[in-house]
Amino acid sequence: MTFETVIGLEVHAQLQTQSKMFCGCATEFGLPANTRTCPVCLGLPGALPVVNKHAVEMAVRTGLALNCTVRTTNQFARKNYFYPDLPKGYQVSQYDRPICEHGWLELQANGTSKKVRIRRAHLEEDAGKNIHADAGSLVDLNRAGTPLIEIVTEPDMRSADEVVSYLKSLRDVLMYIGVCDGNMEQGSLRCEPNLSLRPVGSDELGTKVELKNINSFKFVKDAIEYEIKRQTKVLSEGGTIIQETRLWDIERNQTAVMRSKEEAHDYRYFPDPDLVPLVISEEWIEELQATIQELPRDRHRRFLHDYGLPDYDAGVLTSSRALADYFEACVTLFAEPKLISNFLMSEFLRELHQAGTTVESSPVSPERLVGLLQLVHDHTISLKVAKEIFPELYAGDKSAAQLVEEKGLRQLSDEGELLSLIDAVIEQHPAQVAQYRGGKGTVIGFLVGQAMKRSGGKANPQKVNALFKTRLSP
Amino acid sequence: MSLVKCTLKELQDRFTRGDVSAVEIVRAYFLRISVVESKVKAYITLNDKETLLSQAEALDHALSAWRKTEPMMAMPIAVKDNICTEGLPTTCGSRILGGFVPPYSATAVDALLAQQYFLIGKTNLDEFGMGSSTEYSAFGASRNPWNLSHVPGGSSGGSAAAVAADECVAALGTDTGGSIRQPAACCGVVGLKPTYGRVSRYGLIAFASSLDQIGPITKDVMDAALMLNVLAGHDARDSTSADKAVPDFTRVFKKKDVKKLKIGVPLEFFAEGLDEEVYDAVGEALAVLEDLGGTMEEVSLPHTGVAVATYYIVATAEASSNLARYDGVKYGFRAKESSDLLEMYRTTRQEGFGQEVKRRIMLGTYALSSGYYDAYYAKAQAVRTLIREDFDRVFQDVDLLVTPVMPTPAFQLGEKIEDPLQMYLSDLYTISASLAGVPAISLPCGFSRKGLPIGMQILGRPFEEDVVLRAARAYELATDWRKKRPRIR
Ligand SMILES: [Zn+2]
Repeated sequence: MTFETVIGLEVHAQLQTQSKMFCGCATEFGLPANTRTCPVCLGLPGALPVVNKHAVEMAVRTGLALNCTVRTTNQFARKNYFYPDLPKGYQVSQYDRPICEHGWLELQANGTSKKVRIRRAHLEEDAGKNIHADAGSLVDLNRAGTPLIEIVTEPDMRSADEVVSYLKSLRDVLMYIGVCDGNMEQGSLRCEPNLSLRPVGSDELGTKVELKNINSFKFVKDAIEYEIKRQTKVLSEGGTIIQETRLWDIERNQTAVMRSKEEAHDYRYFPDPDLVPLVISEEWIEELQATIQELPRDRHRRFLHDYGLPDYDAGVLTSSRALADYFEACVTLFAEPKLISNFLMSEFLRELHQAGTTVESSPVSPERLVGLLQLVHDHTISLKVAKEIFPELYAGDKSAAQLVEEKGLRQLSDEGELLSLIDAVIEQHPAQVAQYRGGKGTVIGFLVGQAMKRSGGKANPQKVNALFKTRLSP
Repeated sequence: MSLVKCTLKELQDRFTRGDVSAVEIVRAYFLRISVVESKVKAYITLNDKETLLSQAEALDHALSAWRKTEPMMAMPIAVKDNICTEGLPTTCGSRILGGFVPPYSATAVDALLAQQYFLIGKTNLDEFGMGSSTEYSAFGASRNPWNLSHVPGGSSGGSAAAVAADECVAALGTDTGGSIRQPAACCGVVGLKPTYGRVSRYGLIAFASSLDQIGPITKDVMDAALMLNVLAGHDARDSTSADKAVPDFTRVFKKKDVKKLKIGVPLEFFAEGLDEEVYDAVGEALAVLEDLGGTMEEVSLPHTGVAVATYYIVATAEASSNLARYDGVKYGFRAKESSDLLEMYRTTRQEGFGQEVKRRIMLGTYALSSGYYDAYYAKAQAVRTLIREDFDRVFQDVDLLVTPVMPTPAFQLGEKIEDPLQMYLSDLYTISASLAGVPAISLPCGFSRKGLPIGMQILGRPFEEDVVLRAARAYELATDWRKKRPRIR
């Protein structure tokens, strides 16, 4: 029997708010344990939560970007369980009235695209961290109360590749609208696939297994592929799949049972009586809708269409909102998209990378960059020169024109001067001249090179080439 | 008159005029405490007398240059021990919070602190507010100042006893199903449960979040209004606190009658199970209110019969979750020598919580469990809505409701401790107002033949504490009950 894989995904994304979900503590990490805490996130007796409006805004924007319906009245609920990193003995989450529902996101796999339905996206608070030391276990609550959005899909994916593609699209969207930094290794984005198999052609869902401890795209793929093989083997041998949660073991490259269904918690969800229903007005939703810029895939499409860029360029430029914005700012000033694109993807990104900085904080404004490329376009300087002086343009605050003037880099285009250069070359290299006249056209490259050398790189190569041809024509 | 006999209003006036110093106030109250506290056992923790005296000296000194006072300045007030007070242990009457000293104060306490009140001490209560007699306190029961072999009621029994015994001029209590009103009735003092949302719950250690309210326990109705003036108000730290304007609640006292007020008498509250003496006392109180110009009307709150059941599902469900944080990990009590995490949780909670708290945690856990949620918790919430609608409907017609506070006067120590159901029924008349979230006051309206106080309850529309207070004050001035004080022996 052949089986079809059915996968749904739960993704937890940490929202990039300044403060925590229900208190004013800063969401900073890597600080000494328990230094970003207060009575509320420590779960001290008597402390009460207050919803962080920014987290709500980010959740609504996420929902809108994922084509969800935003619930105008939604409710926080308590998820009750005991664990040392959970200071109140319950996590404030959402249950039957989540903030966002019924959305979709498109993925691209195996050359086709496909819509994955999103069942719901809800707000919740993160737990702290248990630290296991020799002397015993310690608890750090700096992370406790950090806002998360949990995004749950329908079981619409059929392969590891589809899951990876969905996850990448989702990450792009979240990063693009600025709600999550998308870092899987550091846990800002965590994914938990649930996976089942069924005979091809069947409509019923098989028994599903939940996978945890997956913190990179590679592990997503590895864990799912391992689990497909494992389940296929079990079913092919006439066995049954047990509903359970399995952990991905990085060392052994396999999944192992964490807990079975019998051990599953009864979380006893109920509406949190400390938090009144969260009401989101239609006006607020509209306001937030306006703040959602075009999403990466739409912008990618537009870049192909409007600027005639190759697919590769459009992909690179729309990989971050800042870079895409920068590009469009340049194009508005100077309608040479391909020239700009080439330069941004090479020199510009390289220089930023070396300086360890981001597009947002680039010292070179679109105006100054365009100034440089305009000089290339009107042949004042060559592209080579432009590339050479870019580090200086980057490091200082002079305009490209100033730099070119100061350094005397202006391209030599004056015909009289060029002809005297050319004549000197012809005189110095009689053998090559003879070869050219004898029909070996490629020698012209050598001659042009010599002329360029004599000019100190300043001669306009196209012009030199043309003048050589006229000069040496019979 | 002895300082400790003063009402809050009288003490405020004397202090404002400079007739009495802050130091004299502290001395007088600590002297009183040294005489009666060993009998009444109202307090779990007393504040340090020397610290208070030095604060009082500094205050007197500061005021000697320019006597500018605030209403609560130097007022010796007790706070129920489930309300956080920075620097002073807050136990909830439980072993499980052993050693816990809050690093912050409740908003209600901050409001008093801002006017430089004196925190006399933390009063006894049934563990986490779960009980009606203070017998479920891990620190032993408090006594009724009117008769030391009787309970002071609960759960704010310590606060009510402290006020009745003149061990403070006023106290903060908390009310979840009657925990302010019932002990006030038992001890012959005034207890006000404000509308849910009127007073911030921030810093009130939760029993049942959707029901808990902080309120004053005082010697008379005037004092309750003075306290509410300071306690009421919106608090950004409590999402359930109401953003409503706070009037001066003493303003309505210009009227000394209840003319133009329609008073409803809900039949369900005068039915079977009501002690004859209580029935008569409340009946006479109704006659007084009628003499004062009120018009009486019989009304019906048809869902009263299921209020106790509803309450014990909603309140215990919330409690089961609210009390999950006491796990021995972060603060308070931790059982010794556990071999693993689960055992630590088990033994900590087993040894840390008392019998009644554990009973309610189990009830609440059950009500929320998958498979039972709809039959219990969801059903109880639906019934709660019906109870609220009963009140909405009745209040379209009448301005106030008058009922007994509890079915009997204070019972004897030990009388009901082995019978939780009987104990639960002593909240029969107070629970409905809690479920509906409406304001309610308890004030003395007579005495039993045995000399125990009897209370009546006046309920009003949400956020109409002023109307409730006006009727209560008019009644109080027309009668002499408040002038009778207990002789503690
Ligand atoms: Zn905090």
